[in-house]
Amino acid sequence: MARLSAHNLVTAQAIIARYPKPRSALVPLCHLAQEQDGYLAEDAMQHVAELIGCTAAQVYGTASFYEMFKLHPTGKYLVGVCTNISCMLSGAFELLEHCERSLGVPVGGTTPDGMFTLEEVECSAACTVAPAVQVNYRYEESVTPESFDTLVAQLRAGTRDDIPPHGVLATVRQTPTDRWANTGKTGEHAP
Amino acid sequence: MTVRSDLPKIVSGRWDIADAHTLDGYLRTGGYEGLRRALAMQPAEVVDIVTGATVQGRGGAGFPAGNKWHFLDTAAFPHWIVVNGDESEPGTHKDRTLMERDPHQLIEGSLIAAYACKASQVFLYVRGEMAFAQERIAAALNEAYANNYVGKNILGTDWSVDITLHWGAGAYIVGDETALLESLEGKRGMPRPKPPYFPAVMGLYMNPTIVNNVETLSNLPWIMVNGAEAFAAIGSVKSNGTRLIAVSGHVKQPGTYEVECGVVTFREVFYDPSLGGGIRDDNDLKAFIPGGGSAPWFFEEHLDMPLDPTVVGPAGSMLGSGAIVAMDSTTDMVKACWRLVKFYARESCGKCTPCREGTSWLELILERIIKGHGRPEDIGLLLDIGDNISPGPFPGPNVTPGEPAYAPFPYKKTTICDLGPSVVSPLMSALRRFPDEFDAYIARNPRKLIEVASA
Amino acid sequence: MPEAEETTEKDADVTEQGVEQEQAPPPPPGVPVTIDGQLVYADKGELLIEAAERVGSHIPRFCYHERLRPVGMCRMCLVEVDSGRGPMLSPACLVECTPDMKVETRSDKALKAQDGVIEFLLVNHPLDCPVCDKGGECPLQDNTIAFGPGESRMVEEKRHREKPIPLSDLVLLDRERCILCDRCTRFADEVAGDPLIQFIQRGVETEVNTFPNDPFASYFSGNTVQLCPVGALTSKPYRFAARPWDLESAESTCTTCSVGCRIAVQSSGTEVTRYLGLDSDPVNHGWLCDKGRFAYESINNTDARVTAPMVRKHGELVEVSWGEALAAAAKGIKDALDRHGPSSVGIIGGARLTNEDAFAWAKLAKDVIGTNNVDCQLDDGLPAEIVLGLPKATIDEACAAPVVVLLAPDLKQELPVLFLRLRDSVTKGTTKLIELTPASTAFTPFAATSLMYRPGEAAAVAAALVDDAPAADIGPVSAASITAARQALKTPGVVVILGRPSTAEAANFVADAALVLNAGLTGVKFLSALRRANVHGALGAGLAPTGDGLDTGAMLRAASNGKLAALVLLGSDPATDVPDASLAQRGLAGAGFTIAVEAAVSPSSSRADVILPAATFAERNGSTTNIEGRVTRVSQKVPSPGVAWEDWMIAAELAGALGGDLGFETVEDVAAAAGLSSDVAAGDGTVVAPPTAFSARSLAANADIPMPALDAYSLRLVSGRMLYDNGWATASSPSLANLAKPVALRANPRDLDRLGVTTGAQVRVSGAHASFVVAVKADPGVPLGSAWLPVNVAVDDARSLIDASSPVTDVRIENV
Ligand SMILES: Cc1cc2nc3c(=O)[nH]c(=O)nc-3n(C[C@H](O)[C@H](O)[C@H](O)COP(=O)(O)O)c2cc1C
Ligand code: SF4
Ligand code: FES
Repeated sequence: MARLSAHNLVTAQAIIARYPKPRSALVPLCHLAQEQDGYLAEDAMQHVAELIGCTAAQVYGTASFYEMFKLHPTGKYLVGVCTNISCMLSGAFELLEHCERSLGVPVGGTTPDGMFTLEEVECSAACTVAPAVQVNYRYEESVTPESFDTLVAQLRAGTRDDIPPHGVLATVRQTPTDRWANTGKTGEHAP
Repeated sequence: MTVRSDLPKIVSGRWDIADAHTLDGYLRTGGYEGLRRALAMQPAEVVDIVTGATVQGRGGAGFPAGNKWHFLDTAAFPHWIVVNGDESEPGTHKDRTLMERDPHQLIEGSLIAAYACKASQVFLYVRGEMAFAQERIAAALNEAYANNYVGKNILGTDWSVDITLHWGAGAYIVGDETALLESLEGKRGMPRPKPPYFPAVMGLYMNPTIVNNVETLSNLPWIMVNGAEAFAAIGSVKSNGTRLIAVSGHVKQPGTYEVECGVVTFREVFYDPSLGGGIRDDNDLKAFIPGGGSAPWFFEEHLDMPLDPTVVGPAGSMLGSGAIVAMDSTTDMVKACWRLVKFYARESCGKCTPCREGTSWLELILERIIKGHGRPEDIGLLLDIGDNISPGPFPGPNVTPGEPAYAPFPYKKTTICDLGPSVVSPLMSALRRFPDEFDAYIARNPRKLIEVASA
Repeated sequence: MPEAEETTEKDADVTEQGVEQEQAPPPPPGVPVTIDGQLVYADKGELLIEAAERVGSHIPRFCYHERLRPVGMCRMCLVEVDSGRGPMLSPACLVECTPDMKVETRSDKALKAQDGVIEFLLVNHPLDCPVCDKGGECPLQDNTIAFGPGESRMVEEKRHREKPIPLSDLVLLDRERCILCDRCTRFADEVAGDPLIQFIQRGVETEVNTFPNDPFASYFSGNTVQLCPVGALTSKPYRFAARPWDLESAESTCTTCSVGCRIAVQSSGTEVTRYLGLDSDPVNHGWLCDKGRFAYESINNTDARVTAPMVRKHGELVEVSWGEALAAAAKGIKDALDRHGPSSVGIIGGARLTNEDAFAWAKLAKDVIGTNNVDCQLDDGLPAEIVLGLPKATIDEACAAPVVVLLAPDLKQELPVLFLRLRDSVTKGTTKLIELTPASTAFTPFAATSLMYRPGEAAAVAAALVDDAPAADIGPVSAASITAARQALKTPGVVVILGRPSTAEAANFVADAALVLNAGLTGVKFLSALRRANVHGALGAGLAPTGDGLDTGAMLRAASNGKLAALVLLGSDPATDVPDASLAQRGLAGAGFTIAVEAAVSPSSSRADVILPAATFAERNGSTTNIEGRVTRVSQKVPSPGVAWEDWMIAAELAGALGGDLGFETVEDVAAAAGLSSDVAAGDGTVVAPPTAFSARSLAANADIPMPALDAYSLRLVSGRMLYDNGWATASSPSLANLAKPVALRANPRDLDRLGVTTGAQVRVSGAHASFVVAVKADPGVPLGSAWLPVNVAVDDARSLIDASSPVTDVRIENV
């Protein structure tokens, strides 16, 4: 899809400015691009490379290392069912099978209406409230087949505005203002 | 009973306060007092206090924070503090809660560390999949910046420091501190070999860097307010303060609890009414993971052991990240082992050969066994592949209760980092203790396996 | 340990050790370590894998390469190391030798670990050795036999991937065979500076790849093929060309440019099948550029070669015997001598020759013909006094210098491996770079200061650099940048890399600048950046004008005025290589009797009266001299096609036909006469001092060369070469030919705005002799008032515009 929009470019510059070296902004900028397009597009990777002064191959190499960057479009809602040990002990595999049946797609699949992509994910740090499901990285805890179906119905009905579409990670950002920006000349300390 | 009802909640004290994540709520409950106290001292004094308190690292390493800070060449410019909020170890569920419910405590702890270490900048690396934690921290940081707790001339002093909130993007291995630094440099999160890349000497951008876990730093505000002695008074002689444990799996009351270090026993963790509250359906406990997916398993005979690294280590396992997972008598141990092996295989970064190829090979063999195509010789093969990843006697308890451990923790490795050997923990634990379950699967093989031509 | 109360963490424990080790003082004279029972003294900081190698304990390895940063990834080199805390398996490629370390490289535990790694590597590696290009010379195959398990314990299916995918025009990747050692990717990033190939995905899915549709377009891509320890990377030209055990090999020196990279020339039957870079510590560190590596195709390209002597009869060149051709050539020269005297005979060329060939031809010219009109440069070089007479630096000295001044063309285009060597020191931060250049180069991003001068003003800027008076702007060069550069130049030990930054400005300016720097910087040394293969050897052997002798430009001018009765083209092609194309055409047209001594038909030789076929690279023995004056061997590996002769032999026979006698029966005779015994050229060769005949002391800076004023509508032309151009080496090597692409004219965006030229469009560019249409590109790396256009990349290029009669060339551009 696209390069970063003018608006996102401003955000991108602010993110880059928060790091001593631009390359450190690679992952946050890929998140920004994914927020814009719903996935990480080739043009966007190219743009990120230009912004941080590396090659597109380097952006691609880094981005493809991480689970969260989707190099192809996904459903609007990425449903991640954790099946790692604590969730497994609490019935995660049975839940996953239910999810497959309920959504009508196998793990990795996207529903024909483009609403849901089902994933089996690794421990999402919700072990004490297992089994856990994340929808676009928003937690659903102690999920049962019934609560899962309710969730899907709510998402279909559009009544879950606490869950933004895929790509939107955090709706609150660190604002770029008020930076001190250490230039390294000082280093002196109170009092 | 060693579970103290009067135990001060050092890090989780604000979890039940609805607005604790806001600056107002935080200040109302004594927030930023620790920072004020720190700023009234010389950085070296703060280091001394933290060293005196002995805050063992809570990220899995267990190395005391103050001692770690001593390795830093604070005269070198620049040098950094990196906060490890990448919590992903199977079973672990504590740092996320700390970040979501008490973000200012973490910010304050980071500031105290930055002041003590004279750091040039702080990076708060938060696991990518924790969107809510990121929002909470971003909001808290913005408030803290606006109110002069972070940024330029903090609280009117001439000390200034920036905190940058950084997002991860989904890779367990990035929890390893050297991989975390690579990731923070915008690269693939592949661990650096130690030696030579010890973060305190060659860390972020090859500058000296301290990496500390979220929980480790969250202890600092309390210590600055209450003093090192008060902290050291809690816990056992060797293990100070409290720690968060996430109790999950087959217990009646799974949850994250703050317990006294070195005192509470595993039995209490599982059965105390204020903690686990008993095993699900009052079943028998079959095995448990004492410290995250990487830890060799413990069994019934270890229940009375205190959560003290100096006891757990020689017995062949570790407390790691405080993740305690109970498996009751109904658990299929081959499947449990396979699931953890599969996790490490999926999360191997691929940098070093034994881990990249070994973990996925182990996964394939276990999967084949579970599907009913196991062969008797697979057991020896699994053991030998494990030995090629982590050579020599693998740590863990002995099969016969009461006898000394196979080998004390830690494990040896042919790999660069500890992810490789982590895969061997569940494998060896299950194979040693429950060989019958593997045999039973193998016996189900209806015919001799038709060997797949390996062209 | 009181400080590590929780014994569950080894990281922390080791961290502490590591820090303490840092502080341990090194005990002189060396570090005593015991390797497999032998006491060895290692250097401080020496890696165990190297120290072990020295005492004959070869530790197997895949990822480790002595010229790349160690990464310790493959884990093949695990050995047992006891540093006082008991033996521990450690990667020998990462462990530095520390005092009293005890190492067992073949203990049971070490062997088991090594076995294990081999088995793991084979888990997903296809067993296709019989059809693999690497079969027979594959470390994985060798290590499997030496260290690996007997039979496969793997019954699962291997990972399959789509068969070879192209990474670039020259390199293919078979991902199934890749063992992810990171060598190619590290090379591309660290050494070449072209991080266009990367690890993609993670874990067992990891593969090497490029960004989609963005190929590994690097001038150095072929090195990755040589670095690959398995058959995963193959070069298109060599793929399936031969089996390693059929190859014969000879050590030689690449003469595609003048860096003098050491190579192994390998052949199968009468064909050259590949070159491999040899690791010459003072020169190429094992690296080659792709042009050098793959230009062997042009040797095999017999269609483009001259295979028999030819004489023009009734306007047509016809093949004749050597006797007839030599007689015709001798007659042509004799006629000229008889009618107009020796100064009417000229010889252009010789840089393609070996030292021995050049020596024989210089002797023929001076002793038999009696002419001083000899020049191995094609009006694109510098006076021999400047090249050979200034204090000389070696490549190592330049790369170790605290400050290097680049008064040279873009090294990446013209001397690629010198670019790599210098890039290494500059990126390490040990060398500071000051560029004195008329347009940005590949070094500009690394340069401490880039002084981008307007053509013709190099000497003025140089003068300002060694001056103490307050600096002023000189054209586009700011006073501030001059002041900054001056500061850096105060460091003793400056090396100037000296060549022609642009072929569109007269050599005098550069010569003057060099003389000014030589006079103004104490202890300064110079490293030549002239690119023609053996130009330094040929100049030294005497193929340079002396006394009243004419240089190439002057010979062509004389010829165009009918004053050159006989012209010998000694492996040269003025029609394509002389910067002023019009001068070359007029000269060749006006020359009298023309003899071409050539390996291939060229636009110049095709108009000769006699063509004498010469042997070329890999077809003759001898020596060559590189930019630093290092003499190394070039070796014969294949026979010449047809009846081509070595150049020295042609000289000797022609001398005979002219009634003289050079006294040479064999190439060894020539070498002996030239003082080039075979030990001089052996191995890494020897840096030989140039003949004292060329002294820069005789030259004085000629500060005021009259220069035309630049009018407001014109831009001053800057020109140079591209690595892949229409020259013979590229054009007649099929794998390289399509890499030469037309190149856009570059000019400063502000100039383009000012002139109303639309960027990205085609423009008409006009000079004194020609006018044509080219693409234009805005580039802030071209200073205001200048325009950059390379030579020899298209039919119409900078050569049509360059006017050698003017010290600089001004052009106009306009929208079409
Ligand atoms: C494979 C691997 C995964 C790790 N994951 C985490 C993690 O998720 N969070 C964490 O804080 N430490 C993790 N660690 C430990 C870190 O490397 C490091 O020791 C720790 O962050 C240091 O902080 P502390 O001293 O405060 O405990 C991991 C280590 C390894 C080898
Ligand atoms: S052990 Fe695994 S995760 Fe660690 S470096 Fe090696 S491949 Fe990467
Ligand atoms: S050669 Fe040492 S790890 Fe690869």
